[in-house]
Amino acid sequence: MNEQDKELQQEIGVNPAEEPEVKDENIANPETENLDREAIETVAEQEAEQEAKEEDSGDEEHLSLNDDRRVKVLSPGMLVLKRFFRNKVAVVGLIILAAMFVFSFIGALFSPYGEAQRFYRIEDIRQPIGGAKVITEVVYDSPSGTPKSSLTIPAGRAIKLINLVYEGLPTEKVVIDWETPAKEREITSLPYGPITQSGVSYTIQSNDTVEYTKGADTFTLTRKGGFYEVIKDSDLAFIGYTYSLNAIKQTDEMTFDFKVAAFGTYEDLKATSTDSATFNVGSDVFELNSDGEIKKGGEDYAYIMSYNVKPISDLDFYTQDFKEAVIYAIENNPMLPGNEKQFDYVKEGETEPTTYSLIYNAASEKWEIKEALPSQVYDKYSAPSGAHWLGTDGHGMDMLTRLMYGGRVSLLVGFIVVIIETVLGVIMGGIAGYFGGWVDNIIMRLVDVFYCIPTTPILIILGAAMDEMRVDPTVRLIYLMLLLGFFGWAGVARLVRGQILSLREQEFMTATEACGISAHRRIFRHLIPNVIPQLIVTCTMGLGSTILIEATLSFLGLGVRFPFASWGNIINDVNDVYVLTHYLFVWIPAGVCIVLTVLAFNLVGDGLRDAFDPRMKR
Amino acid sequence: MRKFIIKRLLLSVLILFFVGFIIYAMMRLLPTSYIENIAYTKSLQPNSKSYEEWMEQLSVTYGMNNGVVGGYFQWIGHAIVGDFGDSWFYTVPVTQKFHETVWLSFVMGLISLIFELIIAIPLGVLAATKQYSKTDYTISVLSFITISFPTFFFASLLKLVFSVNLGWFDLYGLVGRNYDQLSAIGKFFDKANHLVLPIFCLTFLSIGGLMRYTRTNMLEVLNSDYIRTARSKGLSEGTVIYKHAFRNTLIPLVTIVGGSLPGLFSGALITETLFMIPGIGFTSYNAMVAGDIPFSMFYMVFLAILTLLGNLISDILYAVVDPRVRIA
Repeated sequence: MNEQDKELQQEIGVNPAEEPEVKDENIANPETENLDREAIETVAEQEAEQEAKEEDSGDEEHLSLNDDRRVKVLSPGMLVLKRFFRNKVAVVGLIILAAMFVFSFIGALFSPYGEAQRFYRIEDIRQPIGGAKVITEVVYDSPSGTPKSSLTIPAGRAIKLINLVYEGLPTEKVVIDWETPAKEREITSLPYGPITQSGVSYTIQSNDTVEYTKGADTFTLTRKGGFYEVIKDSDLAFIGYTYSLNAIKQTDEMTFDFKVAAFGTYEDLKATSTDSATFNVGSDVFELNSDGEIKKGGEDYAYIMSYNVKPISDLDFYTQDFKEAVIYAIENNPMLPGNEKQFDYVKEGETEPTTYSLIYNAASEKWEIKEALPSQVYDKYSAPSGAHWLGTDGHGMDMLTRLMYGGRVSLLVGFIVVIIETVLGVIMGGIAGYFGGWVDNIIMRLVDVFYCIPTTPILIILGAAMDEMRVDPTVRLIYLMLLLGFFGWAGVARLVRGQILSLREQEFMTATEACGISAHRRIFRHLIPNVIPQLIVTCTMGLGSTILIEATLSFLGLGVRFPFASWGNIINDVNDVYVLTHYLFVWIPAGVCIVLTVLAFNLVGDGLRDAFDPRMKR
Repeated sequence: MRKFIIKRLLLSVLILFFVGFIIYAMMRLLPTSYIENIAYTKSLQPNSKSYEEWMEQLSVTYGMNNGVVGGYFQWIGHAIVGDFGDSWFYTVPVTQKFHETVWLSFVMGLISLIFELIIAIPLGVLAATKQYSKTDYTISVLSFITISFPTFFFASLLKLVFSVNLGWFDLYGLVGRNYDQLSAIGKFFDKANHLVLPIFCLTFLSIGGLMRYTRTNMLEVLNSDYIRTARSKGLSEGTVIYKHAFRNTLIPLVTIVGGSLPGLFSGALITETLFMIPGIGFTSYNAMVAGDIPFSMFYMVFLAILTLLGNLISDILYAVVDPRVRIA
């Protein structure tokens, strides 16, 4: 015969004392005595637990009062505890709860990591290091750096004009596309013009000169192959060129004067098909050959290329060798899928070649040079290991630590919400139940209204609104708790009112009235304490459901937000199907924590209900 | 009885009025509705009017230019004749979108309710008749587990097992990729296939409550005097339980199940969203997140009506099935 059976008998009115087996076995055992007493007390309790002690004395009359029969009388609270601990399922719930609290509140203290501490790992990632491009557009330069676009736009148009007649007069009509609308023109003789566009008038003077006037200034643009000089008031205002001039040494700066002289000489060489020539810049003498290589005092100094190959960082410097390797690869290597070409290059001072990739961007006509470089990345979704027992999450944070802090937040939210609900509910329900009449009517209609408000949709709307307003996560957490509490008090108020309505009619309340105790004291000292058992049960169950709501909202991304952890928002990652299928350690533990905690609250709540009121046993 | 129903209906209308006002005021006062989003996007375009000017213009266009109280009465005026306006997010009349989506939710709810009844009631009765046995403990703990599972976690587990590992069902949606090529019967089975997991999820998460309710009520009945009498007459245990006890347990069950019938139309907000089933729940979720005031207003007032209706039905049923209950 187990304990439950005994209880069943108590319930249906069979006195265990009449069971011979029990009596025989445990006659001298005070435990059994207690059980007997409890059976009697259970009856007593049904009147009112508050008065349990007083009624005990009355009930004892049908027992002998000899000292040897006398046993320790348990207080109502102790009785409840005793009955609670006899319920194995409830005790399991209590143990789970205790474990969860230890895990969340104490465990976090021992965790070597912080709530939002991120971890990194080194990974080889292909990163863009530079770019290469065939020079198709004119590059402008002036003594004071790149000239303003107000200067280069007319120059560009002048260059277009000059290109039309560079090889001699066109035999057909030409379309000048920069005019709006584009116009067809017949250029039969030189000079031709003026052509006016945007307040600038252009005149083609000869097949290598265009003169244009902008306001009071007159510019003369002269073409020398791919090199353009713009002269204003017989001074060289700026130049345009379709080459790149590259220094051999990073320390050598390509000055404006040097560029002018180098490009000028280069075009002269090309025009005259000479192999080499010399030019002076200041006191320095340079030697240029037709390949575009420039020497200074017999040493390589610079070179001209039709490609522009540049590193992204100013600190990097590409050697001529490397640039030529890039150009060779662009021109000769096969295209791989993804608009990619690859080449190997042995870096200076290294023996093993490094593989570089060139990615072509059709829109900008640029090749991006990429190299696999070790880089620091978030240690995302790393599998459980010694350092991270449950691995890391999508932010590179330690999962176990997140779970602990998440537990804190989830449990705290649960408790605070339930406290708010209970305080509001007890006050409103207490007032309604005690005063009755129109006060009761108004409050209960308010309760009806709140009962009817669909909470989840409202919380979703408010959550989305807070997202939009970028509410600070801390403030958001507080709002969430206040809102959940505010929308949840109606149930508690109904319960308290119902209880008080029935308690109000009982004798002890008439007694308090007869004693002239103030209304305030009567409600809060005599009525409310009698409601407490029911209230504790509702609150415990309520804790579970609050944690569920909070978790659901956080899961939808509308509740607790990063950097705060909550069990709900930890599982949020599962929205990514890849996480769902491949990183079980990210979302299963948090889910198990929620299930266990809610389950434990429900079991304890159920156990408490049975313990408080054995009549209602399940 | 008629007096009671009329009184309750009038009271419900009053409650509904205030519930509607609270929801309306909240939605209007939030500075993040659909209108604000459009005004903000538009004001960011080059050479555009300022945000304030756009707001002014759009408020007039969307009929949001008279204050909260005025706007609410205007809304009621239209709602009473069944005109809930056009959804901003779906750009069709709210009622049209509602008709398109609600039946799917209803079917899902109905099927899961049927399964729920089939599973929960027998288990509850079984647990009560074998109180304190292993079966009873198993069923009780199971029912607690089902009410302790967060929907999203259970849905994720289902997806992992049945969609990913076993590959029986798709992860999301109501129809498969090749839906358009299927025959009429194929289309039906395709939809049915996609509804299996959501319905399983809904059923599993709801049986716990009903199971415990059945058990509690069955226990109460089993402890009553007429059962003892029946037993003492020497009736077989089967007759006692199924003829005398179970029939009396049906009283509270009918009231609670009857009260939950209107809820079939409310849709399963979370489950539908997780499985992306285009029922009323998922549709409303999208509208609410987008700040679509007409649709959200309609949906929430609809939910409130369903709640009130459910309470009314269960109260009436209580009086109908149990002649001992007199309604004042």
